[in-house]
Parts: sequence; structure tokens; C-alpha cells
Amino acid sequence: MKKYLLKRIGMAIVTIWAVITITFFLMHSIPGNPFRTESKMPKTVYENLQKKYGLDKPLSQQYFIYLGKIVKGDFGDSMKSKVETVNDMIKRGFPVSATIGFQALLIAICFGPALGAVAALNQNKWPDYFSMILAIIGISVPSFIMGTIFIQFLARNIKWLPIGGWGEFRHTILPSVALSLMSMAQIARLMRSSMLEVLGQDYIKTAASKGITKATVVLKHAVRNAILPVVSVLGFIVSNLLVGSFIIERIFGIPGLGLFFVMSINNRDYPLIMGTTIFYSIILVIMLLLVDCAYMFIDPRIKLTKEGR
Amino acid sequence: MKAEYNLKPDLFSTASREDRNAEKMHRPSIRYWPDVWRRLKMNKLAMTGLVIICLFSIMAFVGTKINGFKYFEQDYSLINIHPDKVHWFGTDELGRDMFTRVWFGTRYSLFIGVTAALIDFVLGVLYGGIAGITTRRIDAIMMRVAEVIYSIPYLLIVILISVVFTSAGQGSSLFVMIFAMTLTSWVPMAILVRGQVLQLKESEYSLAAESLGATRGWILLKHIIPNTLGPILVNLTLQIPGAIFAEANLSFLGLGIQAPKSSLGALANEGLAGLAVGNAYQLFIPAIFISLIMFAFNVLGDGLRDALDPRLRK
Amino acid sequence: MENVLEVKELKISFQTFFGEVEAVRGISFNVGKKETVAIVGESGCGKSVTANGVMQLLPMPPAFFKGGEIIFNGENLLKKTEKEMQAIRGNKISMVFQDPMTSLNPTMKIGKQIVEGLVKHHKMSGDAARKKAIEMLELVSVPQPEKRVNQYPHEFSGGMRQRVMIALAMVCNPQLLIADEPTTALDVTVQAQILELMKKLQEQLGMSIIIITHDLGIVADVSDRVVVMYAGQIVETGLTSEIFASTKHPYTKKLLASVPRLDMSRDEPLYSIDGTPPDLYIPPKGCSFYDRCSEAMKVCKEHVPELSEHSATHLSRCWMNHPMAKNAYSKDGGGK
Repeated sequence: MKKYLLKRIGMAIVTIWAVITITFFLMHSIPGNPFRTESKMPKTVYENLQKKYGLDKPLSQQYFIYLGKIVKGDFGDSMKSKVETVNDMIKRGFPVSATIGFQALLIAICFGPALGAVAALNQNKWPDYFSMILAIIGISVPSFIMGTIFIQFLARNIKWLPIGGWGEFRHTILPSVALSLMSMAQIARLMRSSMLEVLGQDYIKTAASKGITKATVVLKHAVRNAILPVVSVLGFIVSNLLVGSFIIERIFGIPGLGLFFVMSINNRDYPLIMGTTIFYSIILVIMLLLVDCAYMFIDPRIKLTKEGR
Repeated sequence: MKAEYNLKPDLFSTASREDRNAEKMHRPSIRYWPDVWRRLKMNKLAMTGLVIICLFSIMAFVGTKINGFKYFEQDYSLINIHPDKVHWFGTDELGRDMFTRVWFGTRYSLFIGVTAALIDFVLGVLYGGIAGITTRRIDAIMMRVAEVIYSIPYLLIVILISVVFTSAGQGSSLFVMIFAMTLTSWVPMAILVRGQVLQLKESEYSLAAESLGATRGWILLKHIIPNTLGPILVNLTLQIPGAIFAEANLSFLGLGIQAPKSSLGALANEGLAGLAVGNAYQLFIPAIFISLIMFAFNVLGDGLRDALDPRLRK
Repeated sequence: MENVLEVKELKISFQTFFGEVEAVRGISFNVGKKETVAIVGESGCGKSVTANGVMQLLPMPPAFFKGGEIIFNGENLLKKTEKEMQAIRGNKISMVFQDPMTSLNPTMKIGKQIVEGLVKHHKMSGDAARKKAIEMLELVSVPQPEKRVNQYPHEFSGGMRQRVMIALAMVCNPQLLIADEPTTALDVTVQAQILELMKKLQEQLGMSIIIITHDLGIVADVSDRVVVMYAGQIVETGLTSEIFASTKHPYTKKLLASVPRLDMSRDEPLYSIDGTPPDLYIPPKGCSFYDRCSEAMKVCKEHVPELSEHSATHLSRCWMNHPMAKNAYSKDGGGK
């Protein structure tokens, strides 16, 4: 197992490096200069700015300087904000995004499997159809639509739920729920098909033949095994949540990292774009690694054998 | 059990050979693909999805010509009209007819969705097929590379590339978008195809066919491909809503195809502004369209998967 | 001898898309105390359905009990509620299944799986239960039981897993053990060990066994009595010695003939019965073996054969054994 773990960490590092490199060269392949949007600038000022951001050096040198900075945890200065560095902005925005993301994850992994299991246990009866229709709607309606619906029909009518902004717990409710829906639906569907497969297995029959109650069979034998595929896609789910948060933050006006990211795109603030992209990737890669480890712990068959994938 | 039989002695004479049929088959045998189609037809939800897709596909071409308005025609005297008899879906803030614009946008969304999925399919089949057939070592390397590529966050790369090309003035290009979207999404298909090829290479009926004298080519054609096709078809169908979703998100963020040739996502973005001033239809109509299209493909993909699963034979 | 189980005219059918399938069409047999009864037949004859039916482990939407009784210790199991059946399963009647590779929960420790029934039925505490699990592993000859009890199924071989299954089934000391093809998925040498184990446990714990199999070798080895099933009906039943020595039904005769023997010559082709069993969507009007029987008579097609008694224990269902058939034969001078 240790060997596999090391391999995974190695791959994670390679991936992060790949993202950094791709992002860097992509950003620098944009024609024109980043200061173009500023109105006419005296030549000396332009040259000074170039020097300040190290843009006068050859590209490969810039690359290694940047790489070096990242390893130390320094994402550089923002080109638009005179006050904050990219690190500052990340520090400001990340906790906000993390709160929403984490809440959404919780909702998805609590309700998703429950919905899926209920559907599987009542296959082809109305709880099944009802849950699955809900789930299909959940994966078909993009989050930006859901978010907008929430604002239009819930927030406008219920005083207590704010339309947007940030500050108290109630500001997090609608965004978290809107964000969680698609993931919850995906998990529910996966759980349902996984449960159905597990319920047809021989060991379920063995369990029933021991005379234990149906509830015990379902919880201790069926769910325990059915949840494995769900855990294995958690990485994918987290990745979706991460990206979905951009949209949600935009709709609800939440000052999270996603909003910064979108802003930076519109402002052409390249260090910020790069910084947020790389930061997101790092977070994602770490989460994927954690999920992989979690899976290895939960499935006893993986623990001792060499293979994991 | 003493039944009341009317037993005559001549009944006890031997029965003739012809009368006994040991190999009697009682149920008609069913062929593969017609059976799949039959089972799919039984699935009402999947059929609904299929109908929606066909309808929308037709309308995507025809719908823009129906009521005579052009998608770029602006008429400032007719701005923000709610749906009425003349403008069935209303007009937007520049006086353009929503009905026409929406079907135009549908064209883009469908095209992007299907094309991206097809490209994923082709790339995936090629890469996965080669990986499955080749030596273990090359296969291992290919899979490692694929995994690294796939670990790069999908939407992140898509957004980045769109940004880059938008700045270069090429952002609105259809092909840039599709290129960005297919960069990493072909990997699941490749993994699937490789798995299928490996499985079938070693599988028992491949062995059985070979033992009966079939050549490798025959095996590939008659056995491997029909069986691989099923899951691949399902995956393909389910990739489409993913692509449409990605495109919608992109457009909503302001990247991708913008006005006046707006895709559905871009229309929704434009409609967002209308929400606050009571023109909710400007957002909700494209939003419903996106949802319906995704719903239809999802449901069809599900139905296909169920219809192909031999265990669900009723 | 007192009967632990009495099955009377049991009928089980399945409601399917194409119609009703009569899987079990009126069978009756008994199992006595400390007796081993073998149910033999080819795939699809209804023996597994019968076994699962006794435990009421069949999926009840498609399956349903069309008629008959299952009397266990004097009570009709078909009249019991689900809760009452739960108290019996694993406790008074246990089952061992065919495929040990898939019959154990892959994510649960072996020890826990063994005593699950015990904890439920006899309310044993954690420690005592664990001790009992180790005891059971010893009983079924699993080496290093203290270590093994905390392991997972994938760490056991096929034969070991089947021993675990047996331990699991025996833990509450049931009166009746139903073994559904317990050795089919195992190597021949392991087969012998498992059968020996079952016999030993039967001796020690005094239980009755129903063993379902299609292997006549096993039947000869372990069973006291045999029930031969074909297409959902019992065609012959009797003591093992009677069945092997004085077979009365054409199907049983052919079954015995198709077992390859050591003293056959190498050139002799293997004997097999032509054809396949009838489709039970449209149950045959007369004898279900009619199409494949070389002794068939006209009456066989028209009417289901009556039961003929050859001894107090030996019964068969064949028109050949009917008094009128003997007359016909003597008249014709023996026909084939």
C-alpha cells in the first residue's frame, strides 16, 4: 500500500507541475501586453512596470523564477490591485468559498446516498420514480439556473433568506443548497444502481438466511458495500463542486475565490488568473488524493493487495 | 394422488418416435439489436427524451425561419416585449425576437454538444483501442499519461483556453470552444474502451470462437465490437449533456459564443439582467431549453444503458 | 422416526413478463431426525427453488406459493409472518449456499459474519460472541482461528470460505441444514473434505440435512434417502440403496447411466440424455419426461403418471410401473 501511496503523491506533484506550466505558457502566449488597457502610458513608466513584473526577462527565465516563487508559496503581485498581492486575495477569498463548498459537499453526501438507497429498496414503486425524477432534474438543470430560481422564488418571498451577499450563516444556505443539487443528484443515481447491484448479490441472501432483520441486512450489508463506488467518485464530485462554485458565487454575489477568478478573467489580471488557477488545482489534487486514501481505507480488499485502480 | 383416469389398455402401447420431440424449443429466439430497440421502446422516459431530441433537432434548423424574424434584427421600438402573438417568446432588450434567437442558440448548443462528444469518442476509441491491444508496457505508459491529463481540472482548462483565445480575438470561435472542451474529456472514454478491449481479448467466448477456428479478425468484428459497442454508445450519449453543460457554463461566464450569435448559455446570461426588471422570461426560456436538452440526453442515455444490460431482461 | 420437516403438495410459481412459470408443481417429501436427504436433478428442475422456498428466501414479487404446506416441527411455515420466519432462519433452519466466492460479505470481518445470527437470536455479548466465533472456526477445521477471525473473506481460499459458511450456518445449532450444491464450486479433493465435515457435524450436533446436488457420487456417499426431481415434480424417491440398486424410473436410470465409470472402455462414448427439459411456461399435460423417454407409451403423453409404491419408502411416478403396463408388456412380449 505504501508503494501505491507514494506513486499517487508523485503523480499529484506531476499534475500540479503540469498545471503550473500550462497556465504559465498559456498566459504568456496572449498577444499584446497586459498594460494595454491602461490609457496612453509614457515609455519609461511602461518599462518600469515591465521590470517590476519581471516581464523584460526571457520567457524561460521568467518561468523558472515563477516556479521558484510558487514553491515558496508566493503567487506574486496582482497587476490590478495596488494594495493586495495575489496571496492576500487568495487568503481573503478562499475561506468564503471553502465554507460554501464544504456545506454543499456535506449536503450532497448526506442526502445523496439516502435518496439513492431509498429508490433502490423500492425499485419500480413510487418512491423510486419520484427520487429518480428528482435526480434527473438535478443533473439536467445547470446550477446557474437553479441558483436563479432560488433567488427568484425563495429569496424574494422569504424575508429571512437574503438575495445575496455575505455575512451570516443565512447567507450561506441558498448558495450551498444550489451548489449541492447536481452533485447530490449524481450521487443518488450512482447509489441507486450500486445498491441494486449489491442487493442482487449472493451474500445478501446469506445475510437474510441468518434470520437478521431486513433493516440490518440493508444497513450493515447492502449499504456498506454499495457506498464504495460512491466514495470512488467523490474526487470527481469535489471537482464539480469546485467549478460550480464559480457560477454560484457570481449569482449570489459572494466574495469568494470564484468571484475573484471570474473578475480576474474580465480584468485580464494575469498574475491573479494564474494564481487562482494554480491554487484551485492544488486544492483539487489534494482532495483527490485524500479521497483515494479514504477509499483505500474503506475497502478492505484494497488494503493489502498491490493494486488500487 | 388417485386421479380419475379413463385408462384403456391400448394406451399402454409404445409411443411412436416422431411424436416425441426431445429438442423442442418453446420460445422464439431473439436477436441482439432488435431486442435492445424493443426494450428501449418500453422505457417511456427514454422515448420521451428521444422525441425531445428529434423535435429540437428539427426545430433548430427550421425554427429560425418560421416567424420571419432574423436573430440579429434589432428594433428599438419593440424592446422587452413579453411573449405575445407576434413574438411568441417575446423580445430581448435590443428588440430582437427571442423565438428565433432561442432556436438559433439551440443549434449551437446541440452542435457543440454532439461534436464534442463525437470527438471524445474518436479520440477515446483510438487511444483506448491502441492501449488495449498493445504490449503491457506501452499500455501502462499510455494510461499514466492519460491519468495526468485527466487530473487537470476540466473546466479550469476550458476557461483558461477560452480566456486566452478571447484575448486574441478568437474566443468566439466555435472550434476554439470545442477544442478546449475535448482536451481532457476524452480520457474516460479511452479508459472505457481500453477496459472493454482488454476484457474481450481475454474473454471466454473469444477463446471459444478461436477454438472453433475463427481468425482474429473475425473475432474482432463479430464478437468484440458488438459487445463493446453497448457501453461505448451509452457513454457517448451521456457525454453530450456534459458538453452542453460545460458550454452553457462557459457562455454564462461571458466566454464562448456571444451575441448576436448567442448560444443558449449566452442567452441565459443576457437574460439575467432582465430578471431584476420583471423580464424573467428572458432568462427562463433559454434556461428551460438547456434543461430540457440535457434532460433528454440523460434520460436517453439511461434508457440505452438499461436496454443493453442483459441482466435486466424481463 | 419423527419428521423434522414435512413438505406436502408444495407448488411454487413465478410471475414473469411472459406469463406464469410453474417451477415446483406439487411435491411431497419428508425429512426425519438426523437424516440426510438428497434432492437430485438437473439444472432447472426446481430443487433450488424448493430449498429457498422452505426458508422463504425467494423474491416474493415474482415468486409466489401456489399451494401446499411446509410443516416444520408441527407448524406450517407458510402461515408464518416474516418476523416469525426471521426467528427460525439461521436459528432452527440454516442454509449453506453454492458459491463460496460470492456468498460472504467482502467488507465485513469473518468473525462478525459468523456470529451475526448468534447475536441476534441468542442475544450474546461481544466478547462471548467472539469466543464462539473462534470455537466455530475450530469446529470446521480452519487453522489459526484466533488470527483468522479478524480477517476478511478475500483472505480465504474457496474451500476455507465454504467452511466459514458452514460455521455460519451451524453457529445456532439448527435442527435442519439445507445445503444447496455446497461442493459444486469446489475442487474434488476439497469436496470430499467438506462432505466429511458436514457428516461429522451431523453426528455431533444431531441435525438433519437436506443436500441439493446433481452429483450422484455425492448422493451415494452421504445421503440416507434420495428425492429425484424433474421439471418441478418428484419422479422417484426412496432409500439410497433402493434408488441405486433397483431404480424404477426411466429418468433416474438414465441419470445413473450417464455417470462416467472407471471400468468403462476408452472408446465408449459418454452417455447423455438427449434433449432438454420442458419449458415450464406451458407445463406438459402428461408425464414431463415424455419427450426424452425411450420407454414412452401413449398414455404418458395424456396423463400425469400415478404414484407407484415399491416399498414403504420407495415410490415412483411412471406409467411403466402401473399394473396395466405390465399386462401390456406381457401381451406384446416386451417392447422397446
